[in-house]
Parts: sequence; C-alpha cells; structure tokens
Amino acid sequence: MGESHAHAGVRGMRRGIADNKVFPVLLPASERLARRVADERRYGLPMLRLDGRGLLACIALFCLWAGVAEAQAQAAGLESVISIILKWMPLISRGFALNVAISFIAMGIGTLLGLFLGLAQISLLPPIRTGSWALTQFFRNAPWLVLLFYCIFVLPFRVSILGQTYDIPNWLRATVGLTLPVMANVSEIVRGAVQSIPRGQWEAAESLGYARGQTLREIILPQCLKRMLPPWMNLYAILIMSTPLASIVGVEEAMSFTRGALNAERRGDLLIPMYGALLLAFFIFCYPIAQATQTLERRYQVTT
Amino acid sequence: MDLIADFFRNLNATTGWNFSIFHDPFDARRFWLAFWVTAQLAALSVVFSIVIGICGAFAQGLRFAPVRWLVNGYIAFFRNTPPLVQMYFFFFALGAITPMTRDDIGVETPLVSNFTWALIALSFFAGAFNVEIFRSGIEAIPRSTVEAAESLGYSRLKAYIYVILPLAFRVCMPSLNNNLVNLIKTTTLAYAIAVPEMLYVANQIWSDTLNVVEMMNVLLVLYIGLVSLLVWMMHRWEKATRMPGYGA
Repeated sequence: MGESHAHAGVRGMRRGIADNKVFPVLLPASERLARRVADERRYGLPMLRLDGRGLLACIALFCLWAGVAEAQAQAAGLESVISIILKWMPLISRGFALNVAISFIAMGIGTLLGLFLGLAQISLLPPIRTGSWALTQFFRNAPWLVLLFYCIFVLPFRVSILGQTYDIPNWLRATVGLTLPVMANVSEIVRGAVQSIPRGQWEAAESLGYARGQTLREIILPQCLKRMLPPWMNLYAILIMSTPLASIVGVEEAMSFTRGALNAERRGDLLIPMYGALLLAFFIFCYPIAQATQTLERRYQVTT
Repeated sequence: MDLIADFFRNLNATTGWNFSIFHDPFDARRFWLAFWVTAQLAALSVVFSIVIGICGAFAQGLRFAPVRWLVNGYIAFFRNTPPLVQMYFFFFALGAITPMTRDDIGVETPLVSNFTWALIALSFFAGAFNVEIFRSGIEAIPRSTVEAAESLGYSRLKAYIYVILPLAFRVCMPSLNNNLVNLIKTTTLAYAIAVPEMLYVANQIWSDTLNVVEMMNVLLVLYIGLVSLLVWMMHRWEKATRMPGYGA
C-alpha cells in the first residue's frame, strides 16, 4: 500500500507533476530506507554494522588501559598485569571454547527447528499457521534470560531412557534455553524470505504443473537461501554475544572463569584489563562475522 | 482485591498451583515493587538511549573529525560486545573506582547505586544502536532540504533540531521500535548486578515459596505484556506523527 504510493510519487515527480497526496521531499531515499526498515522489522533484531577503524580504536583503548594498570602495578611493586592476564588466558580460552560450542549447537538445532516452524507459518492450514505464528511471537518477545532460567529450572536434570540414567549437564540445558529464541528468530527469517519472493513465481510454477511442495523445494527455497544468509549470520553474532548469559545460571564459561580469576587475584586494578580482555575476545570473534554479513548483504541486495 | 486473593488461595488449595504473589501479602509487596523497578528501568533507559541516539547522530555529522571517531568507536564497541559483559564492566570495573559516601547512619554506600549502573549500561548499549538508527534516518533527508534550511539562515544545530530531526525521526521510527523492544528485554540483565527488578525478585520468591514454574509463567506473561505495551504506544505515536504519502 505504502510502497505503491511511494512508487506513484517517484513517477509523478519524474513527469514533473506534483501528486498532492505525496510528500515529495523524502521519497527517493525513504524508499530505500523503508525497505531496510521492513527487513529489520521482519528479522526483529538490529543489524550489526561496523568498520575496521572501530576495531583498531577498541584495541588501542584496551592497550592504553592495560598499559596504565601495568605502570601502576610496576610502581607499586606488584605482579605485572600482563603476566597475570597471560597466566589466566588458557583457562578463560577454555571457557570461551564452551561459549563457541554452545552457540554452534544452539544455532544448529535452532535453525533446523526454525526452518520447520517458519514453513509451518506459511502453511495453508489455518490452525498450523496460527499456532506456529503464536509460538514464534512468544519466543521472539520473551527475554532471553527468562527463557534461560525457564530451561534451567523446568527441564529435568536427569533422564532415564531404556533403564539407563543420564545426567543432563547444566550447559546443555542452557543451550536448550538459547535454542528457543534462535528457533523463533530463524522461523521469522524463513517466513520473511519466502514472502519476499514475488507471487508471480508461485503462479508461474503452478501453471507449469508444479505441486506446492515441489514449488517450495525446487523454486522458492533455493532463492530464499541468499536472502536468509545475512540475517542468519547476524542472528549468530547476537547469539554468541548472548552466551555469557549462561554464566548467570551457573554454566562455567568464559565469563564465569574471568570472575573466578578476579576473585582469586583479589586486585582492584585488574578489573578493567581483565573484563576489557574478555570484551575484546568477543569483539574479535564477532568482527569477521559482522563484516561478512555486510558484504553478503550488499552482494545479495535485491533491487526490485 | 480480596476476591482475587481468595481465588488464588483456593487455586493453591485445590490444584497446587501456588501463585503466592496474588495471595501472600509479603510476596505481593516485593513482587509489585520489583515490577515498578523494572518499569522504571525500562522507561528511563528508553528515554536516555533516545537522547544518546539524538546527540550521537548530531556528533557524527560534525566537521571536527576526532568527535566523529569517538562516536564511531563508541558504536563499534557497544554493538559488538555482549551486553552482560558491559554490565559487569560498568558495575565491577568502573564501580570499583567511583567514590563512596556515608549515609545517615554511617554505612558506606557507593555514590552510584547498582540501579544507576544498570541504567547507564543499558542506555549506552541501546544508545549505540540508536545512533546508527538516527543516522540512517538523517541520511534519508535529501541534501537539498538541509541546504534550504541553511540558506534560510539556520545554524547547523538549529537546522538539526527544527528541520532534520523531525523528518529523520519519522523515517526511523520503525527501526527505533525494534531496538526499544530489544532494550526492554535486555533490562533482565540487571539481575546480574543484583538490581531488585522483576527477575531478581521472582528468583527470591521461588527460592522461598518453591513455586518455580508458576513464577516463570508469570514472568513471561508480564514481560510480553510490557513489550506489547511499548509496541502499542510506539504504533500510536508512529500513526500520530505519520506524514501523508509516506509509509514504511
């Protein structure tokens, strides 16, 4: 509705006839922006956009801080800050590996479930469509931390399958807690991508005798893949940045180890460099993903 | 009120669903107080993050390059690091170097309370996204509009306030909406630095009353309610400030 208005406005301007229903000043740029906003609204998550200078500035800031702390430690005759950070680095990187593992598992399972949920959202059967829509909206709009608590407390911590008893470790339940919002967001990405394919393609496929499932599998989804990739990667970057939440519910990942190390060292001047190092680790991990997302987004930009 | 309390007391007796916040005065008091804290935290951080967004977007348009670098660095940093780590960073790292004061009975209290630190961390976190959102709105304003304002004698600041911002604001409203919804969901992170907000107090209540599942569901419903309220208000606002002929 709004789109068509905007198009009409642009055409009106080109012919030099002012369409009095249209506010002409903003049109060319606003159209492009409106598309981006529609995308963002569909994905429900803000896009991560950054450039290399930001990375350099952050590293410089961190070095400056660590340097000041180092100089103060030297002056006071304490153990060097840098050597302390290096000492704890192996432990914290092991925690970071768990963060990465959690994010991979949550992303993998969440994507799989989200794919089905997203396809259910475009189902022709009203109950399935409404049900999956409600499920998606519910998990998208609930805070991640509350979902995490939910899974930690409500999931059983021991299951027995065929007489064998298995303990479910804390981190696995936290992973389930992170899988749910990922699933809902992927579902929304899938639905958005499928609906962004022009109706004409469905009709053309139908006239060629394709069944609905065939059309979806062989015509629509292959095209959607390109459109889904950037927001999907963006979702991953947001997921990896949410994994420290697991430390609140007692999972021993990078954040917990950093806090443990600080408690063990009992030195106030370490707080900023240590947390700073952790921030930097996440930053460096996310940076290539955000860059690649931007590049892909530009490359796959669909001009309609 | 008694009717509600009786209903939930009855529910507890008959089905075992213990919604203690509706029939136990102590639980009710602390829970609704916490709800109020969450509402305050959400409302204030929404306001401050918008202010940061507006100021940051203006600073990004300045000719003085170091200010631009500073703003870009701020955005890059806050967008690409986990909000929880930011929260810890503010509270533990910066909180450790802020001065302490003595209150009336002589107990040492930090000058900046944990509620304030949570507010600062959340505002800066969402503010970084808001700067980008406002900037993209400003980019949508044609150069000629800005030039027209300049030729009418507007200074850079006045043109920003009276011409650019009102237009940009309308353009970026939907994006802003998305981000603010995210912000409200992120207020739960204040749990980590012991701000007595909803999740924190709910945790205390289910530790005392052992009604984990009930409290979880109440939490989910209330948060979705808060988010829906914000979305509804923003849609009203969006409609009220809508420009005819322009629709996203």
